[in-house]
Amino acid sequence: MTAEHYQGISAAPGLAIGHVVWWRKEKPEIDNSSISDPVAEVERLDEAVQVARQQIEHLRKTTVDRMGEEAAAIFDAHIAFLDDPAYIGEMKQRIQKHQKNASLTCNEVTTQMAEMLSSLPDEYMQARADDIRDVGNRILLLLAGITPFDPLSIQPDSIVVAPELAPSDTAQFPPGVVAMVTARGSKTAHAAIMARTLGIPAVLGLGEKIEEFIDGDTLVIDGDAGTVEKNPTPQKKIETCIVIKRHQQQREEALKKADMDAETADGKRMQVFANIGSPSDVDQAIANGAEGIGLFRTEFLYLENDNWPTEEEQTQAYSRVLKAFGDKPVVIRTLDIGGDKDLPYANLPTEENPFLGHRAIRYCLANPEIFKTQLKALLRSSIHGDLWIMLPMVENLSEIREAKALLAECRTELMQSNIPIADSIKVGIMVEVPAAAIYADVLAKEVDFMSIGTNDLTQYTLAADRGNEQVAHLYDAAHPAVLRLVKKTCDAAREAGIVAGMCGELAGDSQMTEILIGLGLDELSMSAGAIPEIKEKIRPLHSESAQKLAEEALRQESPEAVRQLVQSQLVK
Amino acid sequence: MNYEEKVTIQNETGLHARPAAQLVKEAGSFQSTIQLIKGTQEADAKSLLGVMSLSVGKGDELIIRADGEDATEAVQALQQLITTQLSD
Repeated sequence: MTAEHYQGISAAPGLAIGHVVWWRKEKPEIDNSSISDPVAEVERLDEAVQVARQQIEHLRKTTVDRMGEEAAAIFDAHIAFLDDPAYIGEMKQRIQKHQKNASLTCNEVTTQMAEMLSSLPDEYMQARADDIRDVGNRILLLLAGITPFDPLSIQPDSIVVAPELAPSDTAQFPPGVVAMVTARGSKTAHAAIMARTLGIPAVLGLGEKIEEFIDGDTLVIDGDAGTVEKNPTPQKKIETCIVIKRHQQQREEALKKADMDAETADGKRMQVFANIGSPSDVDQAIANGAEGIGLFRTEFLYLENDNWPTEEEQTQAYSRVLKAFGDKPVVIRTLDIGGDKDLPYANLPTEENPFLGHRAIRYCLANPEIFKTQLKALLRSSIHGDLWIMLPMVENLSEIREAKALLAECRTELMQSNIPIADSIKVGIMVEVPAAAIYADVLAKEVDFMSIGTNDLTQYTLAADRGNEQVAHLYDAAHPAVLRLVKKTCDAAREAGIVAGMCGELAGDSQMTEILIGLGLDELSMSAGAIPEIKEKIRPLHSESAQKLAEEALRQESPEAVRQLVQSQLVK
Repeated sequence: MNYEEKVTIQNETGLHARPAAQLVKEAGSFQSTIQLIKGTQEADAKSLLGVMSLSVGKGDELIIRADGEDATEAVQALQQLITTQLSD
């Protein structure tokens, strides 16, 4: 066997070696055969239901362990369906009455129930149709004697291969998964973000080439270079294992010191925060030594719901995070929908150019009722910690003023109902539109902090769609043009005496840490998994040499040159 | 034995999947047959799909009716659950 090399998109750093496991999502076939013994058929159904129950209970338990009680609650509904006389009971009656086989009957009843749920006026209930289809599917697979693909059956040292992976897939990864490879996706795809959170390397966007991998193939994944090697030589295998071992030791060292502050050798204190997407991420953030939350994306509340989340629901979610962090800052970003984030019940019109369209703060200001519900929930939760409110996609001063006026309105309304609110709540902006960075000095006067969102800032500055595989190679936040905008923002913040932070993916890029410090950032916020390493990276640095390196980086001709500059620095 | 009580739904999201599942689980622990009645619609309180099909929202009024040996206990337990314990 000769080694074969593949080039994809580097989506999550790290090195891994392991065996291919295809991530399968089967659709069962419905068999049409007639039956002669309905009693035996009911028994067959009973057996399938029993196994389905065991599988779901097992899934529930592992989900609780890995992601908490809240994420697992949906499986209670799945189990309740299995106990439901209107569901399984109905199937049994029909098998007896119509002498049809269990698969046909199960399919029939499941379809009817899913249709019933879909027809309910409530959008939340409509979405439960997917849950009953999921349960029905599981029973059908069991009846057909197909073992449904069980993520828990994945052995240690497995590399998951799939055309693409949804967050619900990656959430089910057992600890044995050491890397992931997909045909579609890019550096900023959700799957990539999940991989970085899990701390496993990912190479995405490999295209049809992934068909060349079969279950059991040995692969070496280099997440930094975005390469995959099939059938590596014995020599290469040994080398890879040695490097992985060394990295692991370094990580363990870093993790031991994760709780300690990150201060450069000359005493400049850097705040290292975590980005989170839901309250259930809090534990991992704290375990990795997060000194606060630099970006709490609130979209989960909207995306996981099938109706607008209520003020109460939102207050609970925000309060949970604020309580967990006590007096440490928690930056909560207001709703950022539109662009690539659709919301079915919002009935957003299809736009020709969604990233330049009616999204984020623009949408919120145009829909003050929706925005005010969120602002009120934020104000109500403010008494539980140190709340910083961050407005996304701001590009001019009047957006900030309008948002602040709405916030003041909400404050007055809540105070009239005697609801307690914290006195000091910081209001800031996410700097992600080039305009905001270019005239950051003007915007800085109106806000308490600025945080640079490098994902959007990079794609807008370089005019490269981060999700488009054809131009993904142009997308690199290390481009000197992007770094110059970071510098401009930091300078403006210093001038105005406010905090300059960064919450885009660049903040967690350990190659770039020294440059970012040199550019003048006070706070870096990243996936929890990256925190220990970045903190460790900060400790031996000197602000003065970091500044020099940053200045040099700004003069480079390309992102590659910037990265080479960093590499050459390491050799010195 | 027959027993019934009226109750108003307090929690924000009404009887959505999770609260509905809690209710069905509780109902299942009683021997009596238990019906939930909303206006002209009626559903078996031990059937999640039945409860969901009522599409109960905040502020809706429900009648809980039980028939059986533990009818009183069953109705009171469900009433208690709906008014105080259901999580959103």
